[in-house]
Amino acid sequence: MIILEKRPQPSQFWSYGAPLVAVIVTMIFGAALFAVLGKPPMEALSKIFWEPLFGEFNFFYLPQLLIKGAPLVAIALGLSLGFKAGIWNIGAEGQYIIGALCGAGVGLALYPMEARWLVLPAMLIAGAFGGFAWAMIPGILRVKFNTNEILVSLMLVYVAEQLLAAMALGAMKNPEGMGFPGSRNLSQYASASSWIDQSNGMHWGVVLALIAVIFAYILFTKHILGFQINLAGQAPRAAAFSGVNPARLVLFCLGISGALAGIAGLTEVSGPAGVVSIDFNVGYGFTAIIVAFLGRLHPVGILMAGALMALTYIGGDVAQSSLGLPKAAIQVFQGTLLFSLLGIDVLTNYRVRMKQGAVA
Amino acid sequence: MTEPLMKLEGLTKAYPGVVANSDVSFEIEAGEVHALLGENGAGKSTLVKTIYGLVKPDTGTMTLDGKPFTPAEPRAARAAGIAMVFQHFSLFEALDVAENVALGMENPPPMSALAQRIKEVSETYGLPLDPSRIVGDLSAGERQRVEIIRCLLQDPKVLIMDEPTSVLTPQEVDILFETLRKLKSEGTAILYISHKLEEIRALCDHATVLRLGKVVGTCVPRDTSAREMAELMVGGTLHVPEREAGETGETLMQINGLSAPSPAEFGTSLKDITLEIRAGDVIGIGGVAGNGQDELLGALSGEIRVGAGQVAFMGQDIGQLPPDARRTLGICAAPEERMGHAAAPDMSLTENAALTARKRKALTKKGFIDWGKTRDFAKEIIERFDVRTPGPGNAARSLSGGNLQKFVIGREILQDPQILIVNQPTWGVDASAAAAIRQALLDLAAKGAGVIVISQDLDELMEISDQFAALNEGRLSKPRPAQGLTVEEIGLMLGGAHDMEVAHVD
Repeated sequence: MIILEKRPQPSQFWSYGAPLVAVIVTMIFGAALFAVLGKPPMEALSKIFWEPLFGEFNFFYLPQLLIKGAPLVAIALGLSLGFKAGIWNIGAEGQYIIGALCGAGVGLALYPMEARWLVLPAMLIAGAFGGFAWAMIPGILRVKFNTNEILVSLMLVYVAEQLLAAMALGAMKNPEGMGFPGSRNLSQYASASSWIDQSNGMHWGVVLALIAVIFAYILFTKHILGFQINLAGQAPRAAAFSGVNPARLVLFCLGISGALAGIAGLTEVSGPAGVVSIDFNVGYGFTAIIVAFLGRLHPVGILMAGALMALTYIGGDVAQSSLGLPKAAIQVFQGTLLFSLLGIDVLTNYRVRMKQGAVA
Repeated sequence: MTEPLMKLEGLTKAYPGVVANSDVSFEIEAGEVHALLGENGAGKSTLVKTIYGLVKPDTGTMTLDGKPFTPAEPRAARAAGIAMVFQHFSLFEALDVAENVALGMENPPPMSALAQRIKEVSETYGLPLDPSRIVGDLSAGERQRVEIIRCLLQDPKVLIMDEPTSVLTPQEVDILFETLRKLKSEGTAILYISHKLEEIRALCDHATVLRLGKVVGTCVPRDTSAREMAELMVGGTLHVPEREAGETGETLMQINGLSAPSPAEFGTSLKDITLEIRAGDVIGIGGVAGNGQDELLGALSGEIRVGAGQVAFMGQDIGQLPPDARRTLGICAAPEERMGHAAAPDMSLTENAALTARKRKALTKKGFIDWGKTRDFAKEIIERFDVRTPGPGNAARSLSGGNLQKFVIGREILQDPQILIVNQPTWGVDASAAAAIRQALLDLAAKGAGVIVISQDLDELMEISDQFAALNEGRLSKPRPAQGLTVEEIGLMLGGAHDMEVAHVD
């Protein structure tokens, strides 16, 4: 019989080794999966992991990596604050949409003003505020009425999607768009574009995501607030005894994650996406939940996990188009990554022991 | 009787890094009350878990009724006639007594029949208990009776009791002892674990003393003094806390008509508590667990906010202040539950030092934690309070209960508080460490602080308190000078023993 035994101390080795082993396990499983599907397994893996980084066309894929990775990292960082404290914001997708709408709204209202120093910062602030305000709805409801923030934040995603559709078809529709749905293209409006260097995939979202990583790192290693977030998540009674104000913590964690999601949405809409359209959101807010856990809720881990996740997206596309792998196979592959990480994560706190079967 | 009822021979059980039991042998006769003595970590728990089938020994044999006895699991042990009353009750508060008893049975009879059986057994053994009452409404003593009756329904040959009196009032202890003596007269063997040596002298026929997993002595408790037994357990002379009769000074804290609802379900609300704490005073608050101890500590530490004018410190109304602000003023507290309340189990000792000490020890600057300074403070606690751990980087959960308790108490005392409130300061701590903690509390009072000790250990309270008050259903009795109080008077103050009768032994 195999039994799990709790370790007295979390294992140092496994807390760093688990993600690495998980990636290896995923590769083995993926290879087997691709082989069963009748595709060359090694070639498929190299298409996913090698081609985008070092292949012939990496000049095209590397910028994509930044574009896809930045919103994942920014949103996941915000979510990680709450997740550590046991506050479950599942609705980052909605906050991302509302952030984009608020920021884009400011940009479109100011069009065609030619003052980039004013327009873009105003849009960023509006975007952050939009996400923040949307996240405050579940926050205040939880603090005042003890509602479940998981349900409320998730439901608000669908509300946000309806708002997005209404805006794309109504108030924000491009007056020169000949009746097509969708707003003016913000990335072509110089004062509002979030691009810094489009050919390399650099936009303000990338820069802000990296700054957020640094701030989150300092918060968790040096600041009392990071300590209190950890404490509240691990031992709520000890946190109350220590003097942590739970209501303030809920609002802080939800507010920051909403604001970061809002910024991600705004930099996306004014850069890579360009326009407010019905299908603007592609699920970054949900994928970021995976990224947050894949990165073990650690800022540097999230940075790496975001890069890895973006890589499997881009590499998955490559494998799909060049080898004809079905999209579902790529999704199974990505799912395996999270699954095996969570599975192997058990080893950080538990050790496996073989035990002789008990005598009946 | 020639053949002993139960015989243990050469039991050894080793865990990685520690030998819990080493070559332990003793015998229990039918109708004998056998005491198992030892400090924390001496191996008593491992030994009884072995008998109860929870732990498999590495070597050694057990016999029961002359037959080899190797229980693979508690069910097998119960079937063979072993029953155990654990120190921590495993009862569902939302269910009634009969339902709780049924949950522990292999083939429970119909509810009405079971209720009848419970009534019979409880009357036979003088343990009054209504099978239809909800456990959440029962006192700790009554809950223990549920556990005992659950055991008695199996007709056990050997009854194991782990620290049964730690939650009882003196009168309830008397009732329990009558029950145990009746069981003994019927031939049931009782293996009795306790720290309270006077009790063992009153009740037990033989005692086996364990130290560091080995049997270091046996004695007949009636003929041995408590001090001799304590020294056998500790393996040296025992240091008894001493205090200089200090004079009490100005009033530090004034509690005036404190009433607060309990935040917990089945908790006890505080009702109109009035108390004055002066500098240099040690106030002992006794009472059976679950009578508002947690709530009182919470209301004073700041976890529970109370109405205006109910708690004042040096004339300042502090009822609405959060814990951190109270600490800054000089009010520190150490709650009873160490894991998860006084300390965060998965965090290191360094982090746990920052949990309460950041204000008074100035461990943060503009919100940034000075980890170097925090680590030094954690090291200081570990050294001054003899906390056994490899270092401050270790997780709190890796410490034994007693060691973590030393750390928690040390953390508060080393902050030099003006008022210190502790709940069960020496619960689960071995005799010599308990003496050190009590001494530290007295030293703090001698320096002019006011100390409130909430405890269920009356001997402890008598040893260190200047004044004694009892907490009963959320009300606090008027404090009386501790010197000269008799056990009977204390029992009446605790008030837990009315409408109960002592077993009539036929």
